[in-house]
Amino acid sequence: MPAIESFYDVIRRQGITRRSFTKFCSLTAASLGFGPVAASKMAYALETNPRVPVIWMHGLECTCCSESFIRSAHPLAKDVVLSMISLDYDDTIMAAAGHQAEAILEETKEKYKGKYILAVEGNPPLNEGGMFCIDGGKPFVEKLKWMAEDAMAIIAWGACASWGCVQAAAPNPTKATPIDKVIKDKPIIKVPGCPPIAEVMTGVVTYITTFGRLPELDRQGRPKMFYSQRIHDKCYRRPHFDAGQFVEEWDDESARKGHCLYKMGCKGPTTYNACSTVRWNGGVSFPIQSGHGCIGCSEEGFWDKGPFYKRLSNIRQFGVEKNADEIGMAAAGVVGAAVATHAAVTAVKRVVTKRETEKL
Amino acid sequence: MVDGIQVAGVSDAHGARAVERQTVYVYEAPVRVWHWVNALCITVLFVTGYFIASPLPSVPGEASNSFLMGNIRFAHFAAGQVLAAFYLLRIYWIFAGNAHGRQIFYLPFWSRDYWAGVAHEAAWYLFLAKAPKKYVGHNPLAQLIMFSTFTVPLIFMIVTGFALYSEGEGIDSWQHKAFGWVFLIWPNSQEVHTLHHLGMWVLVTFAIIHIYAAVREDIMSRQSIISSMISGERIFKDEAAD
Ligand code: HEM
Ligand code: HEM
Ligand code: SF4
Ligand code: SF4
Repeated sequence: MPAIESFYDVIRRQGITRRSFTKFCSLTAASLGFGPVAASKMAYALETNPRVPVIWMHGLECTCCSESFIRSAHPLAKDVVLSMISLDYDDTIMAAAGHQAEAILEETKEKYKGKYILAVEGNPPLNEGGMFCIDGGKPFVEKLKWMAEDAMAIIAWGACASWGCVQAAAPNPTKATPIDKVIKDKPIIKVPGCPPIAEVMTGVVTYITTFGRLPELDRQGRPKMFYSQRIHDKCYRRPHFDAGQFVEEWDDESARKGHCLYKMGCKGPTTYNACSTVRWNGGVSFPIQSGHGCIGCSEEGFWDKGPFYKRLSNIRQFGVEKNADEIGMAAAGVVGAAVATHAAVTAVKRVVTKRETEKL
Repeated sequence: MVDGIQVAGVSDAHGARAVERQTVYVYEAPVRVWHWVNALCITVLFVTGYFIASPLPSVPGEASNSFLMGNIRFAHFAAGQVLAAFYLLRIYWIFAGNAHGRQIFYLPFWSRDYWAGVAHEAAWYLFLAKAPKKYVGHNPLAQLIMFSTFTVPLIFMIVTGFALYSEGEGIDSWQHKAFGWVFLIWPNSQEVHTLHHLGMWVLVTFAIIHIYAAVREDIMSRQSIISSMISGERIFKDEAAD
């Protein structure tokens, strides 16, 4: 046995067969969009590289990310990754509790300085010195900063850690704040979604722990392999969109025929996620396939960009909730009426002035 | 000649002193061509943009028989790109053209005379002044309105339009490289849609005021207006100094 154990050592110790291990490598390589050669590269890396510890922390959240994660489609992926993860720290699903659990954090911080991954589910509220989320006797924001100090990189799970999510909805009383606004000096990968898709989560964890670096990110810090296209770009209802065939009522003919949900408020055209390709629950379906529009759960501020069932978002800045057309038409209407009045006054004035000049 | 300045006894660009009417060459050909191409593109963009956000009633039959939404979007993107190309041309003409070609791209913000001119023109529109002053280029009020509700909003529309367009083209496209930064300001493209949509209404409002003012000025003011944007020549209707 090498002095520092590899993933493979751990996996075998957990009673997973070599056969399952190679299957896992091929499946994951495929889901990350790599060719077959990558599978053996992955296997080699997992066998030889030292294991990368993952610490999983929870701030203000609903645990839907964890729920999604443990339902990963390929059971082996789940088993393997979960055995890798739970080894270190995840207060929701780990066996240890209390001081024993907190001790693991100290230990990891010391022993794996600059080498561990900090996965954060949820976000810290900043108002009142962080008092709205207390974890292990201190404000979560302090614990987060403390663990982030020595981390190699941070995974921001879900809409909460990436964007704030519903706890940050206007007027955001607790000042719930996404991770990248609190931690500025570490590489952060955002994996948004409410929750993110299980296979996307295991894919990201496996990539980072295998290769020891973050995958390629887009400008907003999301992994390109899962978030570079919109739901709309790969939606199977797209031909109906292009044809102009829309559901107009939930129970109309078009709804039965499976036409495009654009007019019912589908946010697929503005949402970057892998739902229309990877789908949910082991590839069984995804919201649009079951007849409901996308609500844009992986997008910044989706909770304040409602209504979910209308194409145009409400704009609150004007005091009343109105959409762009209502505001625009009102403005154009007022200006139009003013112009008409102005034209009328001009005409009257012209006649009057003419008479006056004639009199002279 | 500095634009916005009132003229007395001017001769036109060809040096000919008009006897009865003062005329002056104001809008050069590229500005005039740009104006009408721009007006046409914007009209197409208004109509198609509106129907992108609120599509027409559902088309019956097979999806393969229709490409209605696709065509509407195509017309929007085509008009948008023509508009952008001509806008670049127009910007080039700021430097290559005459002084009047520059007027809608800046405000003489620190000039007292300018704001006095705006006030006088506003008074004329509020029926408080007896007569407007004579201007070779745009009058100061027109310049203010054009700059703030046309020139700047149109840049905004082109930038947000191309950013939205880059989403369909993909993150490796030149559009995304050039305009993807818009999503750093507004990470959710739904927000960009909303702002792009509001921008349309700013321009619609501008168009209403602009067309009304052009027609009204043509009748009421002391210089030619609509024909100036066709022939380029400004004709003054009287000989008075201002
Ligand atoms: C005067 C200029 C323009 C006007 C009035 C205008 C108007 C609109 C409107 C009202 C929408 C619908 C927004 C919504 O979803 O609520 C829209 C969408 C869009 N516009 Fe424009 N637009 C203009 C210029 C441009 C330009 C220059 C481009 C660049 C090519 C462009 C590209 C787009 C794109 C890509 C969309 C989204 C289409 C979709 O979601 O299917 N627009 N525009
Ligand atoms: C029937 C429609 C239109 C008519 C009759 C018209 C007429 C005119 C006239 C007469 C001028 C010159 C004003 C002056 O001499 O001070 C002008 C300038 C201008 N118009 Fe229009 N216009 C029309 C539509 C539009 C539209 C739809 C737009 C864009 C929304 C537009 C944008 C402009 C701009 C930006 C200028 C200033 C040009 C410059 O100085 O470079 N026009 N228009
Ligand atoms: S259902 Fe939604 S994502 Fe699918 S084509 Fe229609 S608008 Fe796009
Ligand atoms: S379809 Fe849209 S709302 Fe539904 S899970 Fe996917 S990204 Fe979220």
